[in-house]
Amino acid sequence: MRGLYFDVAHMLAGSLVLVSFMQLYQDRLYALLNTFALHAFILAASVAWQAFIQDAPHLYLTAMIALVFKAIIIPVALHRIIVKLGIHREIETVVGVGPAMLLGMGLVALSMVVMLRVTAEADPLAREDLAFALSVVLLGLLMMVTRRNAVSQVVGFMSLENGLVLAATGAKGMPLVVEISVAFSVLIAFIVIGIFLFRIRERFDSVDVQALDRFRGERR
Amino acid sequence: MTFDALTGVLLIPAVAAALLAALPGYRLTSRLNVLAALLTFLTSVSLFLVEPKSGNYLLVDDLNKVFIVLTTFVAFTTSVFSASYIEHEIEIGRLKLTYVRFYHSMYQMMMFGMNLALVANNIGLMWVAIEMATLTTVLMVGIYRTHEALEAAWKYFILGSVGIALALFGTILVYMAARPVIGEGLYAMVWTVLVTKAAQFDPALLNVAFVFLLLGYGTKVGLAPLHAWLPDAHAEGPTPISAVLSGLLLNVALYALLRFKMLLALNPVALAPGPLMVTMGLVSCVFAAFMLYRRRDIKRMFAYSSIEHMGIIVFAFGMGGPLANFAGLLHMTMHSLTKSAIFFAVGHIAQVKGTQKIADMGGLTVSNPVLGWGLVLGVVAIAGLPPLGIFMSEFLVVSSTFAREPWLVIILVFGILVALGGLFLRLNTIVFGEPRGPTAPAQASYVPMFAHLAIVFMAGIYMPPALVTGFQNVAKLLG
Repeated sequence: MRGLYFDVAHMLAGSLVLVSFMQLYQDRLYALLNTFALHAFILAASVAWQAFIQDAPHLYLTAMIALVFKAIIIPVALHRIIVKLGIHREIETVVGVGPAMLLGMGLVALSMVVMLRVTAEADPLAREDLAFALSVVLLGLLMMVTRRNAVSQVVGFMSLENGLVLAATGAKGMPLVVEISVAFSVLIAFIVIGIFLFRIRERFDSVDVQALDRFRGERR
Repeated sequence: MTFDALTGVLLIPAVAAALLAALPGYRLTSRLNVLAALLTFLTSVSLFLVEPKSGNYLLVDDLNKVFIVLTTFVAFTTSVFSASYIEHEIEIGRLKLTYVRFYHSMYQMMMFGMNLALVANNIGLMWVAIEMATLTTVLMVGIYRTHEALEAAWKYFILGSVGIALALFGTILVYMAARPVIGEGLYAMVWTVLVTKAAQFDPALLNVAFVFLLLGYGTKVGLAPLHAWLPDAHAEGPTPISAVLSGLLLNVALYALLRFKMLLALNPVALAPGPLMVTMGLVSCVFAAFMLYRRRDIKRMFAYSSIEHMGIIVFAFGMGGPLANFAGLLHMTMHSLTKSAIFFAVGHIAQVKGTQKIADMGGLTVSNPVLGWGLVLGVVAIAGLPPLGIFMSEFLVVSSTFAREPWLVIILVFGILVALGGLFLRLNTIVFGEPRGPTAPAQASYVPMFAHLAIVFMAGIYMPPALVTGFQNVAKLLG
């Protein structure tokens, strides 16, 4: 059974990285949100699997939060915001798909090299999980950097948080307090984001961060 | 859980936040805000008299006592300043009455977050608290809802969240390093347990963890090149928030960094955190010093000055050793007091002039002598001229490290001198010459500003021996 436990956990964490890559080249907001929902769904499955193999029932709660909140509620809500703002047809790319993918691969290679080397003595499952989690975090960062649209930056940030949850659940026996607080802070983050999106809408009639850029720097 | 001073510094802001969210108007609530801040301050002072017992979640030791008292004191004086500042903002219609309720409630929430971060004995709890303090300040930076305020808040939110995410990853890695030694569960995140076992942790994991923590919490400290959010957030939010950001929130993030530095210092095989901190400190100091020259916005200018001083403080702590730590601690205290005093003056000046542009100000010493000379005194202090407190602490930083790393100290002194030039160049335009712009007398409360400046002045001339021994103990603790 040991082998199967490991293989499934490995596969789920690996899929998370794969979906992170898929997010990188989505240039339509609807498609991006769907991919994010898939991302959160895989995270939920991965956390639930960890709960099962670690025999840690409280992790099921984290999985449920990921499933209900991140895979369903947030994508639906963002869908509605996008429709309301009338930006669902917008196409955006700042860095081309090719360079973004290459950069992404570089980041994944970097996180593998770093994490696998320093965790040589940890148990193999935690090692791999941590390496994948760092890849997801870095890919989320990359997405935030390469996107101009406020909605896609938020999606990038949330997939980054998914990577953190993966790391937290992979670290066996990490206290419950932390997991709930992670989920909780995501909730707060979302409220903040929601408020901001509406305020930005009120002021700019666009959620393109480039519109914000006009005001950057010193006032003259 | 029994009620003691430790729960007091958390409970008072939490209750006040709930209460202030429910009460309408602004006269009563701004007074209540002051009262709550005063009570929190008095409670924190009592930590010195009766030291409560530390538990698995909360902790009090010599290091965080200093931070808590400083934080609650500046938060109290800022709340006094905030009361008169907010009154004026409502009169001119810049701030809506509905937002004031929100503002006061958030002010206390932020206090709660900062105090929790300082007393947390659990590295996970500390992370949650810092995230909470960040989110509340994001909301307050955007409170004016102008283009600039929204952009500043968005930038702060995005960069702050990335920083905080990296810090969480670092925290998880520390847990991973501790788990094989301490065992699974709660104790592998409890600070007091971590410290006793740090020598046996896996050094490689600890090294990577520290890099993440330095980048994560370093963003919040405002170290270059991760500082991009800081000038915008300072310039566009309400001035009391600029004072609290510069004077307190940066310190809280620094405190988190220092805790992890102590952890690494206890492990003989792990990399020395000093050189990393020294480098980032120097880069921030010199970079920010040059940035002072081209500033047109008065609050932005002092925001860059905060980056410069945080650079000096991180440099001092990075050098380490009892003397440099003592100097760093003193400099941090002096900077908090002076910079918030400057922001108190700047807040009222911007209200009198109706703008933050330096070019539209002038002759303040003639038109508004108290504000003008108050600002002069503040800038003289922050630039590090004798005999004020910052001169003392900068002198200590330089003299305590010169024998060890003369070249690095020369770079530091260069940065300090460049900053001095930049500050006085701008100060000259603001306070001297012909009065420009509106010259109506300010309805200001000068007490907080001059109280801070008086303390800084005193510290430059005479330090009470009790304070010196207290700081020395903390400096030894920091290693």
